[in-house]
Amino acid sequence: MTVLSALARPGRTRTLAAYGLAAALLLLAPTVLSPFRLDLLAKFLCLAMVAVGIGLAWGRGGLLTLGQGVYFGLGGYLMAMHLKLADAGPGGVPDFMLLYGTGQVPGWWEPLRSPIAAILLILLVPAALAAALGWAVFTRRVRGAYFAILSQALAAAFTILLIGQQQTTGGTNGLNGFRAFFGYDLADPANRLMLYFIAAAVLLGMVAVAHQLATSRFGELLVAVRDQEDRGRFLGYDPALVKVVAYVVAAVMAAIGGALFVPIVGIISPADVGVVPSIGFLIGVAIGGRATLLGPVLGSIAVSWAQTSISEQFPSGWIYFQGALFILVVAFLPGGLASVAGVARRRRTAERSRA
Amino acid sequence: MNDIDLTAADALLGTDTARFRHDYLEVRGLRVEFDGFVAVRDVDLTVTQGDLRFLIGPNGAGKTTLIDAVTGLVRATGSAAFGGTELLGRTTHRIARAGVGRTFQTASVFEELTVLQNLDIAAGARRRPLSLLRRRADPPAAVDQALETIGLTALRDTPAGVLAHGQKQWLEIGMLLVQDAHLLLLDEPVAGMTQAEREETGQLLRRIGSQRVVVVVEHDMEFLRSFADSVTVMHQGQVLAEGTVNEVQNDPAVVEVYLGADAASSDATTTGSAEPVATEGDHS
Ligand SMILES: Nc1ncnc2c1ncn2[C@@H]1O[C@H](COP(=O)(O)OP(=O)(O)OP(=O)(O)O)[C@@H](O)[C@H]1O
Ligand SMILES: [Mg+2]
Repeated sequence: MTVLSALARPGRTRTLAAYGLAAALLLLAPTVLSPFRLDLLAKFLCLAMVAVGIGLAWGRGGLLTLGQGVYFGLGGYLMAMHLKLADAGPGGVPDFMLLYGTGQVPGWWEPLRSPIAAILLILLVPAALAAALGWAVFTRRVRGAYFAILSQALAAAFTILLIGQQQTTGGTNGLNGFRAFFGYDLADPANRLMLYFIAAAVLLGMVAVAHQLATSRFGELLVAVRDQEDRGRFLGYDPALVKVVAYVVAAVMAAIGGALFVPIVGIISPADVGVVPSIGFLIGVAIGGRATLLGPVLGSIAVSWAQTSISEQFPSGWIYFQGALFILVVAFLPGGLASVAGVARRRRTAERSRA
Repeated sequence: MNDIDLTAADALLGTDTARFRHDYLEVRGLRVEFDGFVAVRDVDLTVTQGDLRFLIGPNGAGKTTLIDAVTGLVRATGSAAFGGTELLGRTTHRIARAGVGRTFQTASVFEELTVLQNLDIAAGARRRPLSLLRRRADPPAAVDQALETIGLTALRDTPAGVLAHGQKQWLEIGMLLVQDAHLLLLDEPVAGMTQAEREETGQLLRRIGSQRVVVVVEHDMEFLRSFADSVTVMHQGQVLAEGTVNEVQNDPAVVEVYLGADAASSDATTTGSAEPVATEGDHS
């Protein structure tokens, strides 16, 4: 069976073919893109990881996750702190602390010296925060809009906290100037290629996990609880628990995206994790089609690309463009671009059955 | 439309009756208040297995609120126990796990999921969490039996949202059966059904009632006369009368407040109140 005929087939085969095609494209990208463009693509892949989680929590579970920048930021900052400490060497003090701070490493930085602890914290801290917040919100039956506002407020508070802690978080400048990633020199092109492949593999892995979750009984339950929460309750399920699981998975995916973003982009600052990027994550998913498998990834990459191109020409134009884009999608294409393919397919089948 | 299959129902119901053989619903001194308005007061109610109980009363009598209280949807004082387990004060999903199932006045199924998925979810509240992460292989036997029972086997892969009204209500009953509920509280299960569908549903409810504890809220007097074993009449939040259909029908108090002037011509009552009623007490 050729890839094309598989693409025309419904269901599992087509999913598999689309997945294979995406993997092939990612594998071939380094042969056609310049190192600069490849770095850019790697950055987009990290942002797309956030989108995969949103696709699950929002697309399937109906949770309007408008504050994913927080989890992205937690993952990113924890990774950045580890890289700064590693650069400084055993017992050393990161450069910016010598400049702005007391010249002492604060106690809460110390656990991040160990690479293993850093990786564990990158996964566990966002998971714990999402679980606590999700539990507090969902057991109180807070509904959509309030949850969205709460998420946004959290993102805003997070940036204010970061900016206020100049001596320990780098303030507005954020953390930057990393030299090595777990011992690999970040200036070496070979290592940058390796980072790209890591990002691509992690993203594909996340898509596979999201697909497995969406098609599992848990995925069905998530849709069920989204549409008829009380019905689910009367069947003996705790809807809060179902939602918390989806929210935690989305948070961990965002955190991993943030953690890989740091060595690839070389900087993380409050501007990457606040309200505007949080909305940006959601827009990519909305444009691509939140309820589809690859829609969130493609939408996210498309939006990242548009943002980069537009910002190169009109430095402050993006935010207006982002708003307009969101309105357009919500008004005219609630299912995202992926739904266009679906509509076209249905029209074609209808024509064929009429003929 | 496919039909109810009573043989399949027997197979499904016969699975483990022993466990709940002696269980009954016992409500004592139940009271529900909404911001000072007392919707249910001093309600005592005992329903045993094999006694298909109908709960009737004019609009606003408190029938739905009573079910809401027993299933944990509204706060209540007093006591409501099933099988020796006190239900009041527990969360809704724990009450459901104690073997209590209900339907809503307006059919509420998972519209985007297929008939099969609806039943599979209903059957699965006791599944271990990790098993949820797998894709469904073959549906459990109970799900197949339920599909047969409610006549939806041919439509198992259809989204529940596109089912006919009566089929949705049957699906809800099927979900209660696979959920392994042993106390079934059905809020107007035949509202909006055709005469033929009512007849079949009534037969099915009788089968279920012989094996489980069943309370049916219903307005349709003809349906009640055909299928009820016993009747509890509510009025203004209180129990007005209780007994067999005949006893209740001839109770002067009931005649006055509920059946009213229509008591003589039962047809008028039937057509008058069997229509879908205003849904102020509903939960969306
Ligand atoms: N959530 C609520 N808040 C305030 N009042 C309520 C609420 N739910 C129900 N009521 C009131 O309680 C009373 C009983 O309502 P309930 O829905 O139990 O009646 P019912 O017997 O089921 O009537 P129907 O036959 O119309 O379904 C009504 O007066 C109703 O307005
Ligand atoms: Mg009612």
